[in-house]
Amino acid sequence: MSKHLTYGLLLSILMVIAPHAEHLPLWVSSLCLGLLLWRAYLAYSGGHDTLLAKRADCGNGRPVSPPAPEGSAPPCRSDDPLPKRWLLMLITFAGIGGIAVNFRTLFGREVGVTLLMLLAALKLMELRKPRDAMALIYLACFIIITNFFYSQSIPTALYMLAALMVIVTTWVHLQAQNIALKPRLRIAAVLLLQALPLTLILFILFPRVQGPLWGLPQDAYASSGLDDKMSPGSLSRLSLSDAVAFRVSYNGKPPPRNQMYWRGPVLWEFDGRTWTPGRTALTVAPQFTDLGQQTDYIVTLEPHNKTWLFALEMPDKLSVQATLTYDFQLMRKEPVNARLRYAARSNLGYRANLQEATRQLQRGLQIPGQFNPRAQQLAAEWRANSANDDAVVRTALSYFNQQGFQYTLEPPLLGVHSVDDFLFGSKQGFCEYYASSFVFLMRAANVPARVVTGYLGGEFNDVGNYYIVRQSDAHAWAEVWLKNQGWVRVDPTGAIAPARLESGLSAAISNTSALPFMARNPPQWMRDLRLNWDALANQWNQWVLGYDTERQFAFLTRLGMESVTWQKLALNMASGLGVVIALFALFMLRHLIKRQPDKVQAAWLKLCRKLAKAGLPRAAHEGALDYAARIAAVRPELADAFHDLATRYSALRYGADRDEQARHEFLLRAGALKI
Amino acid sequence: MLTRLITRFRNWLFRPKIEHGTVTLTQRRIFIIPTRQGFMLALVLVLMLLGDINYNLSLGYVLTFLLAMMAVMSMLHAFRNLAHLEISPGRADAVFSGETAQFILHFHNRSKLPRYQLCLRGGNGEAVGHLAASSLRGLRESNGDGIPTKEQLSKEIRAGKTIGHIAAFRLWRQRNSNRRITCFDVPARQDSVVAFPLAATKRGWLEMGRLTLYTEFPLGLFYSWSYLHFDTRCLVYPKPLSDAPLPFGNSPGGTGKRSITGDDDFAGLRTYVAGDPLPRISWKAYARERGLQVKQFSTPVGEELWLDFSDAPDRSEDEKLSRMARWVLDAEAQGLHYGLRLPGGELPPDNGTAHRDECLHRIALFNLPQQNVPLPTPYP
Repeated sequence: MSKHLTYGLLLSILMVIAPHAEHLPLWVSSLCLGLLLWRAYLAYSGGHDTLLAKRADCGNGRPVSPPAPEGSAPPCRSDDPLPKRWLLMLITFAGIGGIAVNFRTLFGREVGVTLLMLLAALKLMELRKPRDAMALIYLACFIIITNFFYSQSIPTALYMLAALMVIVTTWVHLQAQNIALKPRLRIAAVLLLQALPLTLILFILFPRVQGPLWGLPQDAYASSGLDDKMSPGSLSRLSLSDAVAFRVSYNGKPPPRNQMYWRGPVLWEFDGRTWTPGRTALTVAPQFTDLGQQTDYIVTLEPHNKTWLFALEMPDKLSVQATLTYDFQLMRKEPVNARLRYAARSNLGYRANLQEATRQLQRGLQIPGQFNPRAQQLAAEWRANSANDDAVVRTALSYFNQQGFQYTLEPPLLGVHSVDDFLFGSKQGFCEYYASSFVFLMRAANVPARVVTGYLGGEFNDVGNYYIVRQSDAHAWAEVWLKNQGWVRVDPTGAIAPARLESGLSAAISNTSALPFMARNPPQWMRDLRLNWDALANQWNQWVLGYDTERQFAFLTRLGMESVTWQKLALNMASGLGVVIALFALFMLRHLIKRQPDKVQAAWLKLCRKLAKAGLPRAAHEGALDYAARIAAVRPELADAFHDLATRYSALRYGADRDEQARHEFLLRAGALKI
Repeated sequence: MLTRLITRFRNWLFRPKIEHGTVTLTQRRIFIIPTRQGFMLALVLVLMLLGDINYNLSLGYVLTFLLAMMAVMSMLHAFRNLAHLEISPGRADAVFSGETAQFILHFHNRSKLPRYQLCLRGGNGEAVGHLAASSLRGLRESNGDGIPTKEQLSKEIRAGKTIGHIAAFRLWRQRNSNRRITCFDVPARQDSVVAFPLAATKRGWLEMGRLTLYTEFPLGLFYSWSYLHFDTRCLVYPKPLSDAPLPFGNSPGGTGKRSITGDDDFAGLRTYVAGDPLPRISWKAYARERGLQVKQFSTPVGEELWLDFSDAPDRSEDEKLSRMARWVLDAEAQGLHYGLRLPGGELPPDNGTAHRDECLHRIALFNLPQQNVPLPTPYP
């Protein structure tokens, strides 16, 4: 009996801590699993319950249950199978010590979560009283919340709902230990289902406070996606990820795919291997001229814990607070650590910074002189043979096009002279190789150039009518500054694998490569399924996870609530909850209330009341015929009529006779009797 | 002044009244307050909400609201668990002083809703045993810290008075001070028979007193309860002396001859019927899983004997009555024809359980003021 309660608690804890195993240190996961298995074994081998052991019966307790004779009381167990207190203390302190060493701190969210896991597993080891079980149930609920730090997707939500169901079932079990599994499950399900509409009201109307209430530790958010550093291999690694970077829905016709350059970090400085943004004090606003091809769109950016936003080149309007830097990046003050939705307008046709500061042009020419001598020599040749900068760019592109370069996700390793090794050696690389070497060649040929990283293209979801841009769409390209043209985008990848620009990664790279699943060409039905799923996830993100103060305001205004205030929200919430709870109460209690007795009985009872008024009440033990006999003795004038009625009543009420005619006859006669 | 106001408030709220016959637990009779676990959950929920706000966890909000609303719904469930139950008092077989009286209560559940984990507690925290009509299956106990002594309880009540009799607070303390309680279920559309034990300490009538029927089902967050105060009472015979030879020869009506026909002759077993005296239950048979059986004895017919109050050599009245109770038992066991002579009345010699019970009845109530059903007492 109690053994099963212990199993229920074990399952509850296991279900809520299992998803954490992914990011806990391995030894913590193993320790927790070990403790759980140990506890399960103790419960299994314990024979009878260790939980709720009848300790009061040992020694001082009086026997309370009267039918319990001597010797039939459960034997007093002094040998508690659970581990001794000192052993648990030892494990606890060793665990905390281990965590302190592992994380080098005892503060922060990650450490807190790890400690909570350890605590839950250890609490199971001293599960003796109902109070301990209650504490474990609350702990399990709390651990569910910590899971939401890491994922709030639909599968996670469903999984946690299942875990909650297990927890509530165990909770009910704790209150009534003899109740079978099926009614237990039913009661838990009823409670959950009844709570759902109330939860919906609360979710919509509960006033949202924009967090955080207190400073969050630095490890509160995981960062993913593009970095502001680029070295050989960094983008091809990113391309292996199916994760969504952001979703875009266009207002109106989307631009052609090869124009969807989502601009991210701009990299200026090269140390021979890695490109970085570098430092500059310049705060000049960019100047765009000859703008054309306006495109309006809405981006839902997944949190990446970086300060930049993505926009099509070149943005001139944005719905959130951000600045456009001198090198055309959109920067926020705070890192994006929650899903962010913004509307933007971009001009696909532009001339950028026709006038550029000399200092910037100088920055755009710097290369580390000691590296890549052959590339520098090649650039010098091009410079000598070209009339202007434009011609140098064209020469370089045709060079990439004609020298047998290959576009691949798995390029061979490069040496110290990375550009030389690539250009004259392996000739195999991903976009960052081409962008990097192209910019290097331009700078060596005295053409100001820089690397731009971001995303290119995306997958169109015709279910939700939006584009999904994944990490596998990460891209790097180059920008050169040409007289009278300003900064011009040059994508050397297009010279090698034009398909990458036109239709995405899968077209440019054969299916056998280690591409992420979605970047390949899956069968159509799978694609449809996936797109449907993503459309659902998008709605989920927008309406459930992204339901903040702003959304709440907009939604309630659309529902017809004028001027949303706290007071109004509270009032609506209280009345909404009140109405639903009252309806539930009505529904739940209605069928309990005793029904009216049937007409025959009602007529009989009325008759009895009349007689009682006349001083002849029916005794509680008296049957209808006995009563009639007594009445006959006292009131002979009633004897025949009443005896007839009593006989009819007995037949109708207790006999098999269900004749409608007889019922009617009885009612008529009962009504006619004068007392 | 304040105490009086609170007493009036209580009398209005709880309407203490001694009842007769079947009681239906209507809405007005059921009260509900949160338990300590309920307050704990509230605290946990506040912590969760702070976490949700701080980390902007939408699903965290959902979980917090879901738990809170489940708690609210559990209040309705706890209320419904008692609602519209019908309870009628059964008989209470006479016992000897020093034994435990068993007050039988019948719980009728007319609805299709099974009632789980109902618990009964007397005014002083007596635990309750559950006798299902046909077997003891389903008997179980939840555990606690044991029953407090009378001193502890009276101390608590005094402490409660100085604080000012906040009803909920007192109840809560009482409840937590004696958690060792036996609980029972009443399945859908069925009846349950529950025996409520009360220690019989002195001869005369023993009132059942006010009982508290309560439940914390389904989540233990709310304590919903109702008071039951029936006019049921149990006759308590004086405790028979352990050894007292029958007064042969010194009574004028007796022949002085003693015919030894042997002690209780074991005559066999029969199936247990609710209300049978517990010492008669054959636990050996029960242990062999043959169900509850009751031992039966045959008593052969013997001689005639007068049991006279004035023949008892003891000094005090109570001791004399104890001796007479023993005489009655022994005389009946030996199959004698015996009569009872008390100051102010006598019973002619006879034999049989009915005669024995009548004798014991007279002995039990001898020289006691006429006990009527007491008037409703103000709370508590």
